[in-house]
Amino acid sequence: MIKHLLSMDQLSVDQIELVLRTADSFREVGKRTIKKVPVLRGRTVCNLFYEPSTRTRISFELAAKRLSADVINFVADSKSSVAKGESFKDTALTLQAMGVDAIVVRHTSAGAPKRLSQWVDASVLNAGDGANEHPTQALLDLYSIRERFGTLEGVRVGIVGDLSHSRVARSNIKGLTKMGAQVIAVGPPTLLPLTLASWGVEVSSELDSVLPKLDVVYLLRVQRERQSEQLFPTLREYATFWGLDRRRVELLKPEALIMHPGPINRGVEISSDMSDLARFIIAEQVTNGIAVRAALLYLMLGGPQIPSEDALVNLAGEAPERRPDSQQSLFEGVEPSVSAGAHLGGLRG
Amino acid sequence: MDRVLFRGGRLIDPASGTDATTDVAIADGVVVDLGPRLSSSGFDVIEIEGAVICPGFVDMHVHLREPGREDEETILSGSTAAARGGFTAMCAMPNTDPVCDNAAVAEKVASAAARLGLVQVLPAGAITQGLQGNQIAAIGEMAASAAGVRLFTDDGKGVQDSRLLRRAMEYIKGFDAICAEHCEEVSLSEDGQMHEGYFSDILGLKGIPAEAEEIALSRDLALARLTGVRFHAMHVSTAGSVDLIRRAKAQGVRLTAEVTPHHLTLTDAELQSFDPIFKVNPPLRTAGDVEACRRGLADGTIDAIATDHAPHAQQEKEAEFELAPPGMIGLETALSVILTEVVGDGVVSLPEAIRLLSASPARTLRLQGQGEVVQGGAANLTVFDPEAEVIVDPAAFASRSRNSPWAGRRLKGKVLYTVFAGNLVVREGEVVSRVAGVPA
Repeated sequence: MIKHLLSMDQLSVDQIELVLRTADSFREVGKRTIKKVPVLRGRTVCNLFYEPSTRTRISFELAAKRLSADVINFVADSKSSVAKGESFKDTALTLQAMGVDAIVVRHTSAGAPKRLSQWVDASVLNAGDGANEHPTQALLDLYSIRERFGTLEGVRVGIVGDLSHSRVARSNIKGLTKMGAQVIAVGPPTLLPLTLASWGVEVSSELDSVLPKLDVVYLLRVQRERQSEQLFPTLREYATFWGLDRRRVELLKPEALIMHPGPINRGVEISSDMSDLARFIIAEQVTNGIAVRAALLYLMLGGPQIPSEDALVNLAGEAPERRPDSQQSLFEGVEPSVSAGAHLGGLRG
Repeated sequence: MDRVLFRGGRLIDPASGTDATTDVAIADGVVVDLGPRLSSSGFDVIEIEGAVICPGFVDMHVHLREPGREDEETILSGSTAAARGGFTAMCAMPNTDPVCDNAAVAEKVASAAARLGLVQVLPAGAITQGLQGNQIAAIGEMAASAAGVRLFTDDGKGVQDSRLLRRAMEYIKGFDAICAEHCEEVSLSEDGQMHEGYFSDILGLKGIPAEAEEIALSRDLALARLTGVRFHAMHVSTAGSVDLIRRAKAQGVRLTAEVTPHHLTLTDAELQSFDPIFKVNPPLRTAGDVEACRRGLADGTIDAIATDHAPHAQQEKEAEFELAPPGMIGLETALSVILTEVVGDGVVSLPEAIRLLSASPARTLRLQGQGEVVQGGAANLTVFDPEAEVIVDPAAFASRSRNSPWAGRRLKGKVLYTVFAGNLVVREGEVVSRVAGVPA
């Protein structure tokens, strides 16, 4: 598995499949009464957030805690650390010195996770960087679509709204096209990158004609400040042309899904009465997000290089714990290769 | 002053069209003799067989940061870097703190540089007070000062107000000086991080469209035509700009233009690294723009190669991309980059590259004793080995800053000797100076 997750570009089709399959197991863990497995016990995950975010941070925090990792939250403000004279690199080296195993980073500035990964030994997971990428959002969206349709191959996904400023759109387009889905980008030309047509997607500004073709309509959040940047005249006009209302929902195929990365602007991207439809799976996306993020942390930090559970327990002088049977299926094929004895010997030497 | 005989070098003097193996003798600050097998009596002889001897380079566009940001560069460190790069004259941009918008700052910079005796520093004056774009600066006082300011610019940004720029051009014309513009229509470029195109779209970085430069340049050319000022387009970076300049020259507008080594060699694809070392303004453009700048250089549309040497503190370049300041240093790599990438790719010949680095900008700036190697003329010259391989090591730079996009690159061409005002200021690649307080 990859060491850092910075961009959907890094993942092969097989690796994406592996993440989605592993997430299946963690979905099951999430349904138990005791939603915790000990695979990352003793390891530390740092959530480094330079941009306010509750949903993504909590999702990562829950994912790490379900793996028994220790989680610390570092909420920073890039402007204030610059004002103090500390560079982003200094912050990175501070975390490096604290010996964290993984850094989940959210940043207002595109490329910040990539730079961070060049300065630290820890695994870096991009939790959204400027308008660049949000790969874990794309993976949870792939998971959610695959779950409903059984495949991603040939699924037609319309991404609607502000693609120019959307890291969700960039990561999703890369992931969806890689997995064989077809993407149609829809929005006012002011919110569509000029070179979008060269990304392997169809481009349209007319939502009504696109809707009947879609298996999934994926609505992007519209930031209110775009109005003051002259990208559209008013939110009302945006809603008139690109908002999903009852009439437009009826243009969709009966089995078509509605998705949104959250949080939604009711009355803008989707009219309020439509946002409670069963086919609008925003809540499922949130649930799946924890499972996908747990799968990533597990695959990136866990695996054969970590000492076995028994070895750690023996080292602490405690009796080995019997693993519940339900856990066995989760770790099939990914058992630590280092035996307890060999590992202990290594530590003593 | 040194009495030196450079023996056996290839003299390339574009001003006179010379390209021949010729000995060059200097004494008392001037070139006393040129010719084959000169007598060595009374001279220190330096054998330079295989090397090129040519006029010292003239850089129309350098940021020395003093006064104000002496942590990034000083007149001393910048002059030392220039000498190591083979430069004997350079224009220092006015965006210092305080701004060079008055005679006192201009004279301070010029006299501090003159005391060092490493390179001629010509302070450029601001067009507007404090570079604020509101009120015309004391252009006459700067022009008439001991610093003899002859180029005015608000570099770092363009003058946005067209009426103000028109008046400034007319006023500058009255002092027979140059109006130089950083062409940028700010309403189109604001908050931009890199060239707008495929890579900015993919990376999610806000783009600066080529049109931001071309619209500003079109306006400037129209006003230059109207006013008749000597206009200089700084760091031209787009195919459209090269076309505009080509057409304006054909129509007889008094106009010169410069291009930087990085806009002749690097593209916006570099930004995929998200390394702010590649963040510069104007931004690195597309491969097509690089090609157009090269064609403009080859067909005479562009008159000079200038570095836009822009030192920045390490911590500022190690910030997040969007917070890092734009700019890259170039004085100590310009020759090697041009020899390797531009002459090496057959864009221009070696004598033509030397002309673009020396004779041509010296002529634009009307510099006496620069840009030529003639008997009886001032001894400002450079000796370089065009074949020597160098691996760029910013830690070894004389510049106080390290923000070079060429770090670690293997390039060809190394400055061996620089002679400024008859003194050997660089010997075997390193600066030597007898000025008190200047480290040898």
